[in-house]
Amino acid sequence: MDLVIVIQAGVASGTVLLFATLGELFTERSGVLNLGLEGMMLIGAMSAFSVTVATGNPWLGLVVAMLAAGLISLIHGFITITLQSDQVVSGLSVSFLGTGLSLVLGEGLSKAGTISLLPKFTIPLISQVPILGDIFFTNQSVMVYIGYLLVPLSWYYINRTRPGMHLRAVGEFPAAADALGINVYAQRYFYTFVGGIMCGLAGGTISLAISPGWFSELTTAGQGWIAVGLVIFSQWDPYRAMLGAYTFGALRRLILDIQGPTMLLGFSNPFYYNPYYGFFLQMLPYAFTIIVLVLGSREAMRKRMGAPAALGLPYIRGQRGL
Amino acid sequence: MSEHVDLRKPRFRFPFKVSIEPRLQEVPRWYSLLITLGAIIFSLLVVALVIAIVGGDPWRTYAHIAKASFGSLGVISDTMVKAIPLMLVGLACSLAFRMRLWNIGAEGQFFIGAFGASAIVLIPVLPETAPTWLFILLMAIAGMALGAIWGFIPGFLKARFNVNEIISTLMMNYIAVAFNNFFIYAIWSEGGFQMSKMFPRTTWLPRLTDYAEQVPIFRGLTTHFGLVFALLAAVIVWLILYRSRWGYEIRLIGDNPRAAEYAGISIKKHTVLVMMASGALAGLAGMSEIGGVVHRLQGAISPGYGFTGIIVAWLAKLNPLAVVIVSVLFGALILAGREIQPSGIPKMIQGIILVSLIASDFFLRYRIAITKRGEE
Repeated sequence: MDLVIVIQAGVASGTVLLFATLGELFTERSGVLNLGLEGMMLIGAMSAFSVTVATGNPWLGLVVAMLAAGLISLIHGFITITLQSDQVVSGLSVSFLGTGLSLVLGEGLSKAGTISLLPKFTIPLISQVPILGDIFFTNQSVMVYIGYLLVPLSWYYINRTRPGMHLRAVGEFPAAADALGINVYAQRYFYTFVGGIMCGLAGGTISLAISPGWFSELTTAGQGWIAVGLVIFSQWDPYRAMLGAYTFGALRRLILDIQGPTMLLGFSNPFYYNPYYGFFLQMLPYAFTIIVLVLGSREAMRKRMGAPAALGLPYIRGQRGL
Repeated sequence: MSEHVDLRKPRFRFPFKVSIEPRLQEVPRWYSLLITLGAIIFSLLVVALVIAIVGGDPWRTYAHIAKASFGSLGVISDTMVKAIPLMLVGLACSLAFRMRLWNIGAEGQFFIGAFGASAIVLIPVLPETAPTWLFILLMAIAGMALGAIWGFIPGFLKARFNVNEIISTLMMNYIAVAFNNFFIYAIWSEGGFQMSKMFPRTTWLPRLTDYAEQVPIFRGLTTHFGLVFALLAAVIVWLILYRSRWGYEIRLIGDNPRAAEYAGISIKKHTVLVMMASGALAGLAGMSEIGGVVHRLQGAISPGYGFTGIIVAWLAKLNPLAVVIVSVLFGALILAGREIQPSGIPKMIQGIILVSLIASDFFLRYRIAITKRGEE
C-alpha cells in the first residue's frame, strides 16, 4: 500500500464530491437548501453514460448530464422559490425523483460495453515536483484538473466580484438585497440551477472518468448526501470544501487498499486475514461524515459563524422578517 | 414600493388579472383532500408519460398494478404484508416530522431492528423450545430497543452539537446495513450463504393461514400478527400526538419552536425522546418483517421501506390513522412493482408523487383569484 497512490486516487475520487459540494455551496449561499444532490448526481451519471454510449462522445455526455441535472434542480427551484414550499421536504422529494427517474431511464445501461472515457493526462514540468507532482499532476483525469481550477475561481467569484456580493447578499439578507434592486428570485433560481449543473458534472465525472459505468443506485452510493454534509463542514468556503472532498476521497480509497497487504504498521493486518472486517471499514466514510459534522458545528458555534442567515427560508416580497 | 409607471405606448392587456393571495383561514378538510387527490392523479399522468417515453404501455402497467395487488383475497393479503412495515415506518416518520425533526434514517432503524430481533434467536437468548409469546415479546423489545438506540445517536448529536439530523440519520442507514452485513457474512452465515439459518417455527409471528383449520377461508393468507402491532401503534401514536401533553408539546415545537421555548418546553429533551420513539417504531417494523415474513436474517429485507415511509407520512399529512390507509396503497405499489419492467418504476412513481404533493401544498396556502381588470 503506497500512500502516494492512495492520495492520488483519493484526489481523483474526491473530485466527484468536490463538484457536488461546490454546487451546493453556491445554492446554499443564495439561501436555498437543496437536499436533492444524490438524485441529481444519479441523473447526471445516468445521462452522461447513456449519451456517451449512444454517441461515443464523452464531452457531449457531460454537457447533457449537466443540463439534465440542472433541469431537475429547477423543479426544486420552482417548488421552493415560486411556490415557497418547505425546502427540506422538496429537496428530499427531488432526491427520490432523480433516483427513480435515473433507474427507469438507465434500465439496461449497465450491460453496455466499454465506452470512450474522458481523457487522462500528465502535466509536464510540474509533475516532476517530488511527491506533490505525483499526487496532483500525474496521470489524472481532465476532470480533476478542472476541479483544481474551479476552487479558486469559486472563491474569487463569491468573495471578490460584484455578482458574488449579490449572491451573498441574497443569502444573508434578501430584503435588503431586494431594496438595492437585486432580483432575489432570479438570483436564487440561477444558483439553484448552478448547483444542479455541478451535480450533473459530479455524476458525469463518476460514470465517465472515476469509476466508469452505470451501477444503478450504487453508482453514487450516498456520495450526494456526504456532499451535503461536506458543505456544512466547509463553512461555505470553497477551499475548505476542497480539503473535505479530497480527504473523503482518500478515505474511500484507503478502505479499498488497506485490505491488500499482509502487514500493517508492523502488525499482521486483520483486514487481510479476515476480510469480513471490511464491513466495518465500509462504515468509515459515513461515520466520518457524522464526526465531521460534529466538528463543523462546534467550530461554527465557537467562531459565531455558519450558515447563510436566510438559508432555508423562502423570500416573500413585502413580508416582514428576512 | 411605488407603483411602476409605464410611460410607453398603451399595449394590449389581458382583460383578466390573475393574482395570488395568501389564505387567511384554514382550508376545509375536503378541499385539502381534493388537492391531494389532484396531486396523485397528476403524478400518475406524468408517470404514464415517462413509461410511454421509455416504450412501455402505461395503462397496462397500471392495470397490472391494480390486479396484482387487489385482484384476489390472496394478493390483498400479500398487499397487507407489504403494508405492515410501511405503517410502522410511516408512523415513525409522522411522529418525528410533526416536530419538524427530519428522521430520514428509518431504513437503518428498520435494519437494526431486524438485527435485534434476529439476535434473540441466533445468539440464542432463548432456547428454541421457548413459548412463541415469549419469543415475540423479547424480539419486539430487542427490535425496538436497537431502533431507539439508532435514533438516539442522531437525536443526541442534534441536541448537544446541533448536528443536522437529516445527514446523520442518513449516514446511520449505511452504517446499519454494513453492520448487518458483517453478521450475515461472518458470524451467522449458514453454509457459506449470505443469510442466517431459518428460524424455528416457535419464533414466527402467527399468520392467518395458521388458523386455516378453524376458518377455512384463511388458507394460504400470509397476513401476520405484525398488523396488530401496526394498528395498535397507529392508535397509540394518535393518542400521544393529539391527546397527551407530550404530543401537545411536540406539535407546539413543530409549529412554533420559539413559542415552545418561551413556554418552558425543553426542545433538546424532546429532540432526543422523539428520535428514540421514532427509531423504536421503525425498529419494530424490522422486527415484524423478520418475525412475520423473512424468518431469517439476510441482506435483502427491505425494498426501501424506510424511504417509502417518508412519502407515506407526507401523503397522510402526518396523521397516524391516515398512515394506515396510505400504507395499504403503497404496499400495493411495492407488491405489484416487483414484476414491473423497468424495475425502477415504483421508485419513480413514489418520487413523482412526493414532488407533486409538495408542490400542491401551494394551493393550501394561497388562493388564486382571477378578477376582471377594471378600467384605468
